[in-house]
Amino acid sequence: MIIFQDISKIYCIGSEKVCALSHANLHIYPGEFVSIIGPSGSGKSTMMNIMGCLDTADKGQYLLDGLSVKDCTEQELTRIRSQKIGFIFQSFNLIGNMTAEENVELPLIYQKLPAKERKERVHDALERVRLYERRSHKPGQLSGGQQQRIAIARAMASQPSLYLADEPTGNLDSATGYQIMEIFHALHNRGNTIVLITHDETVAAQADRSIRIKDGYMTEVSI
Amino acid sequence: MITQSVKMAVSSIFSNKLRSLLTMLGIIIGVMSLVVLVSLVNGATGSITDSINALGNNLLHVTISDDHNRPVKLSELEVFTKDGQFDLIAPAAASSATASGAYAEESAQITGTTAAYLDIQGLELESGRFLMKPDLDNHSNVAVINADLATEVLGRRDVVGENVKFNGKKFLVIGVLKEKNSSAGISSGSTLQAYIPYTSLIRLSEDISLNVTSFCISAAGDDMDTAEQQLESILLERFEQDEDAFSIFNQSSVAETMSSVTGTLSLLLGGIAGISLLVGGIGIMNIMLVSVTERTREIGIRKAVGAGRGAIMLQFLIEALIISLFGCFLGIAFSWIAIEAVNIIGSADYTLSTGIVLLSIAFSTGIGVLFGLYPANRAAKKNPIEALRYN
Repeated sequence: MIIFQDISKIYCIGSEKVCALSHANLHIYPGEFVSIIGPSGSGKSTMMNIMGCLDTADKGQYLLDGLSVKDCTEQELTRIRSQKIGFIFQSFNLIGNMTAEENVELPLIYQKLPAKERKERVHDALERVRLYERRSHKPGQLSGGQQQRIAIARAMASQPSLYLADEPTGNLDSATGYQIMEIFHALHNRGNTIVLITHDETVAAQADRSIRIKDGYMTEVSI
Repeated sequence: MITQSVKMAVSSIFSNKLRSLLTMLGIIIGVMSLVVLVSLVNGATGSITDSINALGNNLLHVTISDDHNRPVKLSELEVFTKDGQFDLIAPAAASSATASGAYAEESAQITGTTAAYLDIQGLELESGRFLMKPDLDNHSNVAVINADLATEVLGRRDVVGENVKFNGKKFLVIGVLKEKNSSAGISSGSTLQAYIPYTSLIRLSEDISLNVTSFCISAAGDDMDTAEQQLESILLERFEQDEDAFSIFNQSSVAETMSSVTGTLSLLLGGIAGISLLVGGIGIMNIMLVSVTERTREIGIRKAVGAGRGAIMLQFLIEALIISLFGCFLGIAFSWIAIEAVNIIGSADYTLSTGIVLLSIAFSTGIGVLFGLYPANRAAKKNPIEALRYN
């Protein structure tokens, strides 16, 4: 359950104040597949950073599963990130000198899970993105679509309740993008909450609900 | 968590082999200079003190310059050993003479003494016997010579029963001393030595009389300072409290001075080596800072997937520590090779000093932590959003 109550975020670039997000109100219920759509610079990424507890709002309140994020210490935010949220980025963000397997295992290490359970979860996640046989390849030896699937497997491994995907198909051709979207649908069907940020109308249309954002203001479009 | 951090650190060190090796080089050189220099100084100190101890370390040597008309007669020397504080006493009158034999003619140092001298000085015989009381009573022209004198003047070592001439006077060789190991480079004056009865030296040299002006005495116990004070008070009493009438030479005080000198030397060399280790540490810090900047994006990813400040800090700190410790162990290994090489080339017997090895490990650990802390903290403090955006 994600609740944005009147959230604003202002960046200072030099002496100029830029309002990236202005009085945003939002409810996302568990198990929903929501897309956030808007042109670049519209405040999409700011919204995702706040939603993913990478950043905090200047004004307003963000409740994640009933917990007010504003009052959390950095340590608590780190814990929330590692247990509740799975990030998927446009540029995959895999660590180049680690194998696919190690990349998927990384969040589990930070959660201090025992080795046996880590191994099981990594295996399971890689199977689900159908890349188990390429587990010992490094990101550089994989195609873009495969890298993104590894990144999704990494998010899956920590079994989060919320998947935050920032332009996950932005760097991929449409066929590969379609494969990635299939995985998101599969995740959604298993009852996970998915928030997908995109500027692509056709990708956005695949979600239950779209939220349009422009210049920091948001409007809701129901499909 | 720590094992994982170690694994990650090792893999990132190996992914940048050349750079890691060059960084380690600073530590390797620092540790090598520390370990090798201090080990060599310690080894040299050991052999110097050994050779000083070999000269007799419970030995006091007395020289009388003004006898205040109460000369110490040869016959009354034994009074000094009566009270039990001292063990043996022997006159040690030194004179130089020309030694000539069948083979050559050389200048030699002649010591006029008595039977006790052998034990006091810890001399060892190779063949024959040392001086005995009848030799003194009879003013016999007999001599015990050292190995050098035997070979250089008489041409060979087994010369017991042959004659040698000192200043033209014929002496029967009754004993030859063992060759002394002089690897430490300390020689007590001339290397050609002969020992003849004190009474015979009186006839050979004009300066020597029955009034003994130089003698050596061995203490019964190990406490040389007390023995020296005791002897001093006896002599002061005899020579009207005149401190300048005599001088006492304490062998163990020489050893002490020597070890304090070499102690200072090893501290000094260790200090210099320590500075080079410190420079190596700065090298680590430099490369860690570069690495943190280079890996900004990686740090961002790690933070996004759930790494806390502590985890990032630990990872970079362990990386710095591993570079430092790995360098340290390589340095120790190279030091061992270097010392073995010195031993083989110089046929010496130096050993790797355990103390300094432990010290260098401790020091490297300290340096790794100290110079890793700042870069690690910088990495840990990075903002994940900015770090993820970094290219």
